[in-house]
Formats: sequence, C-alpha cells, structure tokens
Amino acid sequence: MTDREMTDRAMTDRTASLVPPVEDRPRRTIAVVHAGLGQPSSTRLLADRLADATVRELEALGHEVTVEVVELRDHGHAIIDAMLTGFPTGALADDIETITRADGVIAVTPLFTTTYSGLFKSFVDILDKEVLTGMPVLLGATGGTPRHSLALEYSMRPLFTYLRADVVTTSVFAATDDWAQAGDRARHDDGASSLPERIERAGRSLAAIVSARGEHAKPDDPFSTTPSFLDMLGGD
Amino acid sequence: MQFGIFSVSDVTTDPTTGHTPDDTERVRAMLTIAKHADEAGLDVFATGEHHNPPFVASSPTTMLGYLAGVTKDITLSTATTLITTNDPVRIAEEYAMLQVISDGRMDLMMGRGNTGPVYPWFGQDIRQGIPLAIENYALVRRLWTEDVVDWEGKFRTPLQGFTATPRPLDGVPPFVWHGSIRSPEIAEQAAYYGDGFLHNNIFWPMSHTKQMVQFYRQRFEHYGHGRADQAIVGLGGQVFMRKNSQDAIAEFRPYFDNAPVYGHGPTMEDFTRDTPLTVGSPQEVVDRYGSFIDEVGYYQRQMFLMDHAGLPLKTVLEQIDILASDVVPELRKIADAKLPQDVPANPPTHAERVAAARAKGEAGATHVGDGGDEYTGTLAEEAL
Repeated sequence: MTDREMTDRAMTDRTASLVPPVEDRPRRTIAVVHAGLGQPSSTRLLADRLADATVRELEALGHEVTVEVVELRDHGHAIIDAMLTGFPTGALADDIETITRADGVIAVTPLFTTTYSGLFKSFVDILDKEVLTGMPVLLGATGGTPRHSLALEYSMRPLFTYLRADVVTTSVFAATDDWAQAGDRARHDDGASSLPERIERAGRSLAAIVSARGEHAKPDDPFSTTPSFLDMLGGD
Repeated sequence: MQFGIFSVSDVTTDPTTGHTPDDTERVRAMLTIAKHADEAGLDVFATGEHHNPPFVASSPTTMLGYLAGVTKDITLSTATTLITTNDPVRIAEEYAMLQVISDGRMDLMMGRGNTGPVYPWFGQDIRQGIPLAIENYALVRRLWTEDVVDWEGKFRTPLQGFTATPRPLDGVPPFVWHGSIRSPEIAEQAAYYGDGFLHNNIFWPMSHTKQMVQFYRQRFEHYGHGRADQAIVGLGGQVFMRKNSQDAIAEFRPYFDNAPVYGHGPTMEDFTRDTPLTVGSPQEVVDRYGSFIDEVGYYQRQMFLMDHAGLPLKTVLEQIDILASDVVPELRKIADAKLPQDVPANPPTHAERVAAARAKGEAGATHVGDGGDEYTGTLAEEAL
C-alpha cells in the first residue's frame, strides 16, 4: 500500500466512524398471483387492494416492500404445456421462481361453478409440492353473489392447507354487490363488515405474519437437502 | 464420446398412415434397428424395460442376448433396467449372463420407472422407489463382487450362503449407469459408487440437466473417485433430420403433434427451443449437440431417441444413416477437440475395467469351481 492509499484509507475510516450507520429497513417481497380473466378484472382489483393493504401495514411496521404480480391469464397456454410436458418454461418458470422466493403470497381467483377456476387450480397443480410449504398465504376470491362466499373456506383453504402453506385466518370474498359499496365503509345492512374493512383486516394479518418472520431463506443450492448416500443406505 | 440410440419400445399409430404395428412387428423392428445401428457404426444400442402396453420391451436381456449374437461392435445397454420392481437377484444373474454371452460388450443403466401401477404388479410400492433403488442395487453389487452372500434387507427375502451364477466375466461386474431425471438421490447414489450418471434430458430444459450433472460431479469427487470433471456422464437426445431443414420440420410435425408424451401440448417450435429436440438439417443437429459439452462439461455418452411416436421403420433406418454419416463424425471432432486432460474419452470398456481391477489386485474367480464348489465344499451331485 502506498502512503497516499494509506492516507485515503485512514480518511475513509474516520469519515465512516463519524456518520451514524443507517439501519436498512428489513425487506419483504409479496407475490400476488391472480386468475382474473376480464379486462378490467374484479379479481385483479381485489388482488391489488389486498396487496395495498398488506404493503401499507408492512411499511408501517418499518419494512421496505416489493410487490410482484403474477397474472395467470398470461400463462394460460404455458400452464397446460407444463402439465403435459412436466416442466414449466420461459416467463411461467420465472414467475414460479418469483413466488417461490417471496416472503408472502396473496392468491386470488374468481369462483367458477362453485369453486376456484380451472386455470387457478391448474397453476397450483404444476407447482412443486413443497413450493408453498410454510409460506404465509392470504386468500381472496370474487364471485357473482355473496352466496358463494364460503367457497373460500371449503375449497380454497383446504387446497393451501394441503400444500402446508401458512394460511391467514381472514380471507376475503368480494361479490358484485361489494364493489357497489366499495367506497362505503359502513356496515352492510345485515351487519357484515364492509369490503374495505375486511381487506384491511386481511392485509394486517398477512403483514403481521410476514413481518414477524425473518426474510424468507433463499434456497441457493437446490440440492442442499439431498441426504448423503450413507444416510439413505442406513436410514429408514 | 460414444453415440448411440435408445428405444422406449412404444407401439404408436403412425398419424400419417393410421398404421399401428402389432407387438411382434414392433419387437422385430427393434431388432432391425439395433442391427442397423451396429452396421452404421453407432456405438450403443439401449432398450427400455416396460411391463405395460403400449410398450413391448418387457425382457431386455432376452433381446440383448440375441443382439449380442447378431451384432459385431455395438455396445448393448438398457434405458433403463428397473432396479425397483425387478428382483435384484435376477438382475445380478441375468446381466452377468448377458455379460458372458456378449463377451463384455454391454453395460446397463438402472432406473426406477415412473408408472405407479407397475409397482404393485411386482409386489412393490412406488412411494418406496428410492429406498428400493438403494437397497436393491447394494445387493446386486454384493452378488457380483462376493461369491457367497449372506444378506438381509427390507424388501426381499433374506439370502443365506447364496451364490449368483454365472460369476461376472473375468471376475469384473458390468459397468453400471444410473438414470434419473428429477431425483438428486440417484445422482448421489451414482456418485457414491463411482458409477456413470445419465440424465435423460429429452423432455427437460438444459438448465435443469446442468444442475443435476453438476451435483453428480461434485459428489463423485467428494467420494474420492477422481476429479469432478472425470465423472462418467451421459445425456439423452432427440432429433429428426433431413438434408433441408424445412423438409425435416414438415415431415416430423404430425409425429410431434400426436406424440404420446408431449403431443397436443406445446408447439414443436416451443419444444425445440426448451428441450434438446432438434428438427432440421444434420448441421443444425451438430451445432446444437456440439454445444452441450459447454453446458455440462465433457461427457462420455450421447444417446438419441429415434424410433418413437409411430415413425415407420424405413424412416428410422434413414435417420440412423444420417446420424451415423453426417452427424456423429462431426460431433466426434468437436468432442475430441474439447476433451480435457486426464478425462476419459469414453465410458470404460470391459477390457479397461479388467485391467484396472487387475492393477488393483482385485479381479478374482471367474466361475464357481470345477466340479467341487470351492465355497461350500459340496459337489452339485451331493445337493440332489
């Protein structure tokens, strides 16, 4: 090291010690995946609102938040191709990677014929079974009338429980009627809480879970969990 | 580098003519294809093993035993031998027999098989696929390397004082590959034993193949068999060629669109982009396959799927000719130029394995004693 370099180094060290360290705000990434088909789509709208509510709450908790939106409609053909060939490719593979690496997921589907749409389920079907294990997931669904609202509980929640996701207690169903009153925070005539209230409560719940956890461990080596041969030979 | 063809033995209707071969016609076509590959100068012919229609290759060693008698130079192999549902004792016996009959001109590849119903037909459970592969292969190796075996495991009845015959040719067992597409456990198994690892990537993107091969190479080195780049690697492949690229595309498209595995799914253009399938001129095949060494490192065996999806026998034989005359010589040049120092150019031959074993003082008895059994001290007659 030359004298000049040593001087520079000393200056830098001194300067650094004078400036208080800026604590990085812990980062969180929320992946929003939705199966809305229309343009505009009320499913997309609900997904966006749920994301906004989650981000607001996470930011209030001191996080820096990134939101990644995955529109399944864009991957319609690729999802079926992946089902037939056994592997996803291109933009679909990239989006699955995004979901895998997220700290929390918001999953929203329209309800068709009593349950999640076929596109939504087909997407879930091509995921590796462990992708969502332990992942905080907030569920949302849209439908024509409030009579379908329990589909979230009897079909969508078990699907994600089966995949060992950590499903947020509050899920949000939005019927056409809800959107008519969407700006209105007043309770429904029947005493049910309004859509904005439900969205906020759901966003708070997801944010609390995502915040409490450390940043999602990013698997840098996909083979790190492979047991050694001797364990396989001697193990059960 | 070796270049060969492998068959899954599917009986598929030719979508352009509506012709469906019967099982006899299909088996005979496979024999013709193997003989033709030998005459054309390809290095390897491998047959699959399946126990359910629409596949006919249920008995690989019968087929390969016949081929050993009617071919000259080609190495006979499997793709794959079901290590899960076959009795490991029968695998040890049948492939030692094939090794003797072919005078060492064979190797084999272990695979698990992915068809759920096949397992219970043979008294097994697909959920035990990996433990079966681990335990069964460990037994096969003992039966080949130890003359008298006492053994007890989870999946098969115990053995007491059992000797598998015939003993391996020159006392050296056949070279074994392990084939797996998705399971790193099998790459780990291949690495542990210093066996070959073949990634049949015909339906998979190169990014995935690369990860699996790298993992196998690292573990091969970890277990002390040599440097990572000295591990023995094979890849699958799939091509359809005509002199003019457009002719190849037009001729192959109906077979692609109706193929049993990927048909009615992605377009041929998407699939050729995402997998090693190459449909075009021989030069396009050379360009594509010549680049795989850059992805996975120098590898020793490149296999091609040629006789599937209902392609007529005549077309398959033409494809073999194009492969052997216009593609393989060029790929060989590329491979030779890219061969790193101290890396084997080819998988080990029987002669090389015998020499290596002798050098280590390992190659032992070649047969169970003349008359008197040197292990048990009994004569065959005494057992009566």
